Amino acid sequence: MATFIVRRLIASVFVLLGATFLMYIMVANSGDPLSEFRASSSPNKFELMAARSAKLHLDVPPVLRYFIWLKGAAGCLIGRCDLGTTLQNQPVTTLLAGAMGQTIKLITVSILLAIIFGIAVGITTALRQYSGYDYISTFFAFLFFSLPVFWVAVLLKQYIAIGFNDFLRDPQVSLTTTVVLSLIMAVVFAGIVGGSWKTRGIVAAAAFVMTALALWYISATKWLLDPGLGPVVIGVTGAAFAFAVTALTAGLRNRRALYASLTTVVIGVICHFTLQGWLDSVGILGLLLGALVAIGVGIGAGYAWGGHDKAQSARAAAITAFLVGGLIVIDRLMQSWKPFMNSRAVGKRPFATTGSQTPGLKGDFWVHSTDTMVHLLLPTIALMLITLAAHSRYVRASMLDVLSQDYIRTARAKGLSERTVVMRHAFRNALIPLATIIAFDFGGLIGGAVITETVFGWKAMGSVFQDGLRTVDLNPVMGFLLVTGALAIIFNLIADLLYAVLDPRIRVS
Amino acid sequence: MTDPRITPSPSPAPEADELAALDRDVDEQSIEQKEVAGLSQAQIVRRRFFRHKAAMISLVAMILILILVTTSIGWGPIPGWWKYGYEDPNPIVNGGRPTLQIWPFGSGFSLGEHPFGQPEVGQDMFARVMRGTQQSLTVMLIVGILATVIGVVIGAIAGFYRGTADSVLMRFTDLIITIPVIVIGAVLGFSYGSLGAVVLAIVLGLFSWTGLARLVRGEFLSLREREFVDAARVAGASNTRIMFKHILPNAVGVIIVNTTLLMSSAILLETALSFLGFGIRTPDISLGQIISEYQASFNTRPWLFWWPGLFIVVIALCVNFIGDGLRDAFDPRQKRIPKDRQLAKARQEKAMEQAAATEASAHGEGGNVRTGTHGPGTVV
Repeated sequence: MATFIVRRLIASVFVLLGATFLMYIMVANSGDPLSEFRASSSPNKFELMAARSAKLHLDVPPVLRYFIWLKGAAGCLIGRCDLGTTLQNQPVTTLLAGAMGQTIKLITVSILLAIIFGIAVGITTALRQYSGYDYISTFFAFLFFSLPVFWVAVLLKQYIAIGFNDFLRDPQVSLTTTVVLSLIMAVVFAGIVGGSWKTRGIVAAAAFVMTALALWYISATKWLLDPGLGPVVIGVTGAAFAFAVTALTAGLRNRRALYASLTTVVIGVICHFTLQGWLDSVGILGLLLGALVAIGVGIGAGYAWGGHDKAQSARAAAITAFLVGGLIVIDRLMQSWKPFMNSRAVGKRPFATTGSQTPGLKGDFWVHSTDTMVHLLLPTIALMLITLAAHSRYVRASMLDVLSQDYIRTARAKGLSERTVVMRHAFRNALIPLATIIAFDFGGLIGGAVITETVFGWKAMGSVFQDGLRTVDLNPVMGFLLVTGALAIIFNLIADLLYAVLDPRIRVS
Repeated sequence: MTDPRITPSPSPAPEADELAALDRDVDEQSIEQKEVAGLSQAQIVRRRFFRHKAAMISLVAMILILILVTTSIGWGPIPGWWKYGYEDPNPIVNGGRPTLQIWPFGSGFSLGEHPFGQPEVGQDMFARVMRGTQQSLTVMLIVGILATVIGVVIGAIAGFYRGTADSVLMRFTDLIITIPVIVIGAVLGFSYGSLGAVVLAIVLGLFSWTGLARLVRGEFLSLREREFVDAARVAGASNTRIMFKHILPNAVGVIIVNTTLLMSSAILLETALSFLGFGIRTPDISLGQIISEYQASFNTRPWLFWWPGLFIVVIALCVNFIGDGLRDAFDPRQKRIPKDRQLAKARQEKAMEQAAATEASAHGEGGNVRTGTHGPGTVV
């Protein structure tokens, strides 16, 4: 294992060296870094040109100049990074340090959401192959696949951000909108559930009524101006989570797992009241700790209910506990929505169209978290759609492939429940190809991030790269490449290792 | 036995379900076999492709777009029928709003003066979008062809000769794959974008072959071990002949499918680069460049933004669907699910045939008559 990782890393470093060399030559030959002086009419322009030439070693041919850069970059391995300075004399390392965090945040959230939704859509469409739901999902996957990111990003900015801000001035959902939205939800749910016309009709009616009621409630109480979940919604949603998680991981016949999950929901609702004071003063580390505690409580509940399969109950309860914890956090975030919206920096127009945070925003951790999320929302959607489409197609194809295997037939023939067949035998194996796809998609995501950041006016990696390229400023461009290249290598390595974990036939050695 | 919450369709007991599936498999196979009896491989592929509805609609749409784009403002030697050029400013009509009417009632279909509207300067947006589509299509086609040729040659050499050639070529491929496409495209576009669409397309094509090369290599690696390659070698065929006459036709499915995917990503890449200002630049026009140019006037004239985007989406969508149709057509594992009516008909025919056969053999061993009902004895 260790030798495999080391060997892979060494090979990757050589590939990265080659790639940076290639890019260095290409960028160096793409233009003239002295052009701004050539056009100027200042009397000391020749001194300025000479000074910049000396600083950037422009008298050295690019092939050799690369090694000067490499010497500085190699210092990163021993903790003394020197990636040079920009034309404005700003060290590239500080520039990257500021930009990297935002881009990584954007990409990580997009990858995670795309994987979760991609798997969900892919598995369900494979299970209901050739249904209306399948056809519609396929069409949308192809549509998302064919969308130019920049176009979607501008549309989201113009219609969702600005439109929603206008809507928030007086958040009343009109009757027609309510009916149309409820109808859409009814059709969508009936399509997903499938089955006999009676089942579909019941589901459609339920979805219609629920959506209409929710929209009416939102309008009547101006919920969007001061949202919150409250103990009732947390309890009901938590119970729904408990049933869903148990149905998927243990089967509803396993009553102990169900009761263990429901226990964690009850604990969660109690915590919702008792933990408010703690939540007000908590930070990101505290939240992570809280998530661990929630999982621990879930495992504890599972073992406390006992039975012959404690581990299964514990797993179901732990997942439920984690989700209920998420609900409590969302509720706390919603409480900070009103101070966030009414703060002077935001000015009642919460959805931002430029930048990655509101400048001059004052407030506690929760207000700032709300701010980050509001800024992340639209770029993430723009970036996610395309990856989501690709992932759902891959998962669907591989799930169909797995479902037609002999061992699935055997599993069904020996009388296993459909849940066990799908979740135990098919699901894990269907995920194996996805591990490689996710790593390969990383380059595409970086590209998408560059474009999305441009549309939304983020000062992140995308602008480091573009500004550097426009002024033929080699150092920031190479810094960008080094970071993205290193990330790509890491992701590929993780994919290889994941592959080995998921597929025991493959031995990494 | 089955959990209704997981499997939405109500299914009978597993055994009967299994048997029905098995029986259905057999029937489907016979339908499939009957349909392709006596046809060559190419004919089967063509038939399957023409049967793919989405691909056929996309093909028609693509041809219509091509005709519209080439004839409207003219392309090279082809004269155009549209009255305005894409550069000259015209007096503003209708406040710059689009005059296109496609509502079937009322005044019916009419183009009007400026069907896609006008920007402040007054150029005809329809002509501009047509010109931009021409440029984007040019890039798409050139990138597709060039990348396919390079990818096939490199992949074929690497997969066929293996050893040193393989590792050198594949390490080179890895090297280019490490750099995100948009980054390499931006650098190339920054250097060569001002030289026009054709030059941009050629340099982009020179760097977009990597994915195809990997796939072709994989195909060659497995195909070169097959018996027909040995047969060709024994017959005295040269390496080049084996590679391009014997192996390549067997890999053509993978190549064609991936070329279409490559083309749809090429048009998205070109428009994205032009949007960022690293691709085709003013005074030249591309769809991405139009969007970036009129992005600021979205609030006052959103239609300037809608039309070019719509053309990108429709073209990319069509190419993707055509690729999907080709994949289905070339993939031998892909089975078409026959409609229930077809299955019933096939079963009826088979039952009648067998009934006739059993009658003819006069009370012989009639035990293997299979009709729509399933007894446990029919499973092997």
